[in-house]
Amino acid sequence: MGMTRRQFLQGGALAATGIALSGTPGEANADAPVTRIKGLKASTTICPYCAVGCGLLVHTKEGKVINIEGDPKHPINQGSLCSKGSSLFQVAVNDRRLQKVMYRAPGSDKFEEKPWDWALDRIALRMKETRDKTFKTTELNKKDNKEYVVNRTDGMAFFGGAGLDNEECYLWSKFSRAMGVGQLEHQARL
Amino acid sequence: MTNHWIDLKNSDSIFIIGCNPAENHPISFKWIEEAMDNGGKLIVVDPRYTRSASKADIYAQVRPGTDIAFLGGMINYALQNRLIHEEYVRDYTNATFLVGEKYDFKDGMFCAFDDKEKSYDLKSWAYETAGDGKPKRDLTMNNPRSVFQLLKNHYSRYNVEMVCSITGTKKEDYLKVVQNFCATGRPDKAGTILYAMGITQSTHGTQNVRAVAMLQMLLGNIGIAGGGVNALRGESNVQGSTDYGLLFHMLPGYLKSPEFDNVDLKAYVEKWTPKTTDTKSVNWWGNTPKYLTSLLKAWYGDNATAANDFCYSYLPKRMGNYAYNKILEKMGKGELEGLVCMGMNPAVGGPDSGHARTALGTLKWLVTVDLWETETSIFWKRPGVNPKDIQTEVFMLPAASSVEKEGSISNSGRWAQWRYKAVEPLGKSMSDLWIIDQFYKRMKALYTKEKGVFPEPITKLAWNYGTGHEPDVHMVAKEINGYFTRDVTVVEKDKTLEFKAGDQVPAFKYLMDDGSTVSGCWIYSGSYTKEGNLMARRDESDPTGLGLFPKWSWCWPVNRRIIYNRASVNQAGEPFNPKRIVIAWDATEKKWKGDVPDGPWPPMKDDKEGKYPFIMLPEGHARLYALDLKDGPFPEHYEPVESPASNLMSKVQNNPAVKIPKNVSSDLAKFPFIGTTYRMTEHWQTGGMTRSLPWLNELVPDMFVEISESLAKQKGIKKGDKVRVTTERGSIEAVTLITARLKPFNVEGKMIEQIGMPWHFGYAGLSTGDSANMLTPTVGCANTSIPEFKAFLCNLEKGGNKA
Repeated sequence: MGMTRRQFLQGGALAATGIALSGTPGEANADAPVTRIKGLKASTTICPYCAVGCGLLVHTKEGKVINIEGDPKHPINQGSLCSKGSSLFQVAVNDRRLQKVMYRAPGSDKFEEKPWDWALDRIALRMKETRDKTFKTTELNKKDNKEYVVNRTDGMAFFGGAGLDNEECYLWSKFSRAMGVGQLEHQARL
Repeated sequence: MTNHWIDLKNSDSIFIIGCNPAENHPISFKWIEEAMDNGGKLIVVDPRYTRSASKADIYAQVRPGTDIAFLGGMINYALQNRLIHEEYVRDYTNATFLVGEKYDFKDGMFCAFDDKEKSYDLKSWAYETAGDGKPKRDLTMNNPRSVFQLLKNHYSRYNVEMVCSITGTKKEDYLKVVQNFCATGRPDKAGTILYAMGITQSTHGTQNVRAVAMLQMLLGNIGIAGGGVNALRGESNVQGSTDYGLLFHMLPGYLKSPEFDNVDLKAYVEKWTPKTTDTKSVNWWGNTPKYLTSLLKAWYGDNATAANDFCYSYLPKRMGNYAYNKILEKMGKGELEGLVCMGMNPAVGGPDSGHARTALGTLKWLVTVDLWETETSIFWKRPGVNPKDIQTEVFMLPAASSVEKEGSISNSGRWAQWRYKAVEPLGKSMSDLWIIDQFYKRMKALYTKEKGVFPEPITKLAWNYGTGHEPDVHMVAKEINGYFTRDVTVVEKDKTLEFKAGDQVPAFKYLMDDGSTVSGCWIYSGSYTKEGNLMARRDESDPTGLGLFPKWSWCWPVNRRIIYNRASVNQAGEPFNPKRIVIAWDATEKKWKGDVPDGPWPPMKDDKEGKYPFIMLPEGHARLYALDLKDGPFPEHYEPVESPASNLMSKVQNNPAVKIPKNVSSDLAKFPFIGTTYRMTEHWQTGGMTRSLPWLNELVPDMFVEISESLAKQKGIKKGDKVRVTTERGSIEAVTLITARLKPFNVEGKMIEQIGMPWHFGYAGLSTGDSANMLTPTVGCANTSIPEFKAFLCNLEKGGNKA
């Protein structure tokens, strides 16, 4: 199909900011001459923003992301991207990205860097302490005044994540229930 | 979505209500424009003249929170003018079903309400059943106790004058919307409804969705190409995260999470497995025991046996409501010790975020896993607080981005698409898969080494994903799909299949309740079979020309691209619309052609094997009349909890099944304006993924509020002036954007101004600003608890001093 180059946003005060549609597939190809991606490796990905599920190509060289653009073969977006999708490169290459484990002690006014092992061990200890302290084997139902087996901990909550992959969501769900955490919630509730 | 993005091109009328795809799902507009190029019309109903509205053939303004009045009037119009698809309504919906004697509706209330508990007795709304247990029916639909007549009667009150006085819509605009969309009741016409948070974020959000679905049932628009009930989901994998049960009330695959009185597997199965005596009804949820048992086998492996109830007792049992708002309420009271946020930011994303930020300070420990510093991970040094006063121990863990790991995500159209790892994670960041794996392995080690409470659910968990640095994502995906635990012979009508222990299950129809199969999420069964990883497919063929792309990625369930597609054909299996054939029965070959049908059975009129199309309900018919919602069988108009109007439809001001918190106010002297929040193209959700990107900050650098030209004049405000917006919850400052896109609403003859604001800002990141959710109320939908972000009352003053 041809995406016509109509004025997509006539009349809007935000029109100047625009929705950056990157053009028709033909143009995307014309705009991507062999020289620009010569010697780069390409792999496909799906946009991490909204749930349209647009395809993108990630070009890399020596383990570094060099370029990200719409995948012209993807049947939904056919190479086009919006302003957020077009900015995925700046998620991959961004000096504000967290690159270290940071820890803030109670009452402290700063973060300090910690090794993964140290932080994960300490988190596991905290989780265990809370679970052991707040675990309810049974709970009283006020309506019939009976005790029921519930095997649940209400001392902690797990939040997230609509930004995780399916396989991560699955393990997160599995882990939460194994811990006895009933308070598992995420963005779909909002 | 019942349908999917590309399918929008097949529509004759696209009705957008409560979403703004040109802004929030920009690429979907490619397919809306394709439909328009083919002669389809675009209708946009929204409080604001949005980017989507700017492209519409018909735009109608609606006051926030009055969608049921708007849609109820459309239902009434379709019924009164006989624009409905009568054959579809009679054969495929519960319009012909008779309702029991007890059901009644009077003065804005359904029968059997307990005022103290704020709840209805749902049993009083049941169908009238015959001696064989089947609901009684009247195929003429003339019986006054038929759903059809009750529906007609209920919505007769929703006449155009009444509706427009409630919604503030101009009558001529309303009629244009109604006439255009209801014309899709013709069998050869398709109308689709697109919605998002404008519909769900309401104290009657579920009933808003139902009103959408009911209109589509009446017009015969579900199951067909270019039709459907289409929720435009806002996060790349919020479909998947919902599918995998990251919600307190359900397990993966929409299985209910067990309640306290489901004391064993038998009791669970008894409670949650619907039954029918009607042999024409498929009653797919009748398979619940197979799916739960296969899930328990996936979680507890060889430890799960028939003798020990497949370790059912290890699952936590709920007693009450643990929805997001409730958890925050408890946290505020200091009842929680710990919180883990996997890419979630409650300091910005939830209602009354001022309360959320204080509540975080009551925690003993907090773990955040994200790509960036978020408002949640630095809540202890947020503006206005002294870190020394906050005793929460905070662990901020760096997560890998989507191009630094491998796995699948599911888009709004249910397509599970595979992503590849292009580069290693940045610095010391790690994939969420690795982090969750480490959480588990360290818990298991602790509970194996030391004493602890009830260690078995942790120590006996099946967690076998290879020996690599992180779990082998393919092994996880294979467990989700499911496999046989022993050799199994399956005898089918025309063939016998032999499976070996360890073979992948081809599809969920092979899952069993005897422990012979494993599947971590039954709806994804069929995604990773002996043919390989179907989610990674990239075959561009489209044999039907409808844009189904059946070999591009994989879609749940069983790669069916349009669900309820058995309702796209008549009882004989002939497509209602011969121009856009989703499926058709080939009588010679005795099989369906086209999309994967909703089950292989012959058409409904086949006496022996024919089945009803709405296979997920025990009665097999779509519900114009609902049996299991907390706030009524029919959607009824109530005002938002904070509203400038009194309910013109009845004396019942708000949804009676909603408990109203203290910090809300409809005092128009204090809060004279309607506030509403929304999203935009250039930023996303709480801003973590966008406000640290210079390209996007350059496009939209500041938090702003949108006001009308008339309000600007009234308040003497100029473009770019700082203003203060206040509600009963809190106060924010922002830059003013004055625009003709916002107009006041006519509320009972008085013009009430509206104030629009994006909710993407906060104090973390490269570009910062006040959070709109400082203003929003915690009250939520009676059924889902989704907060009413879209309609509240506020005040606006010139000048930027915070209260």
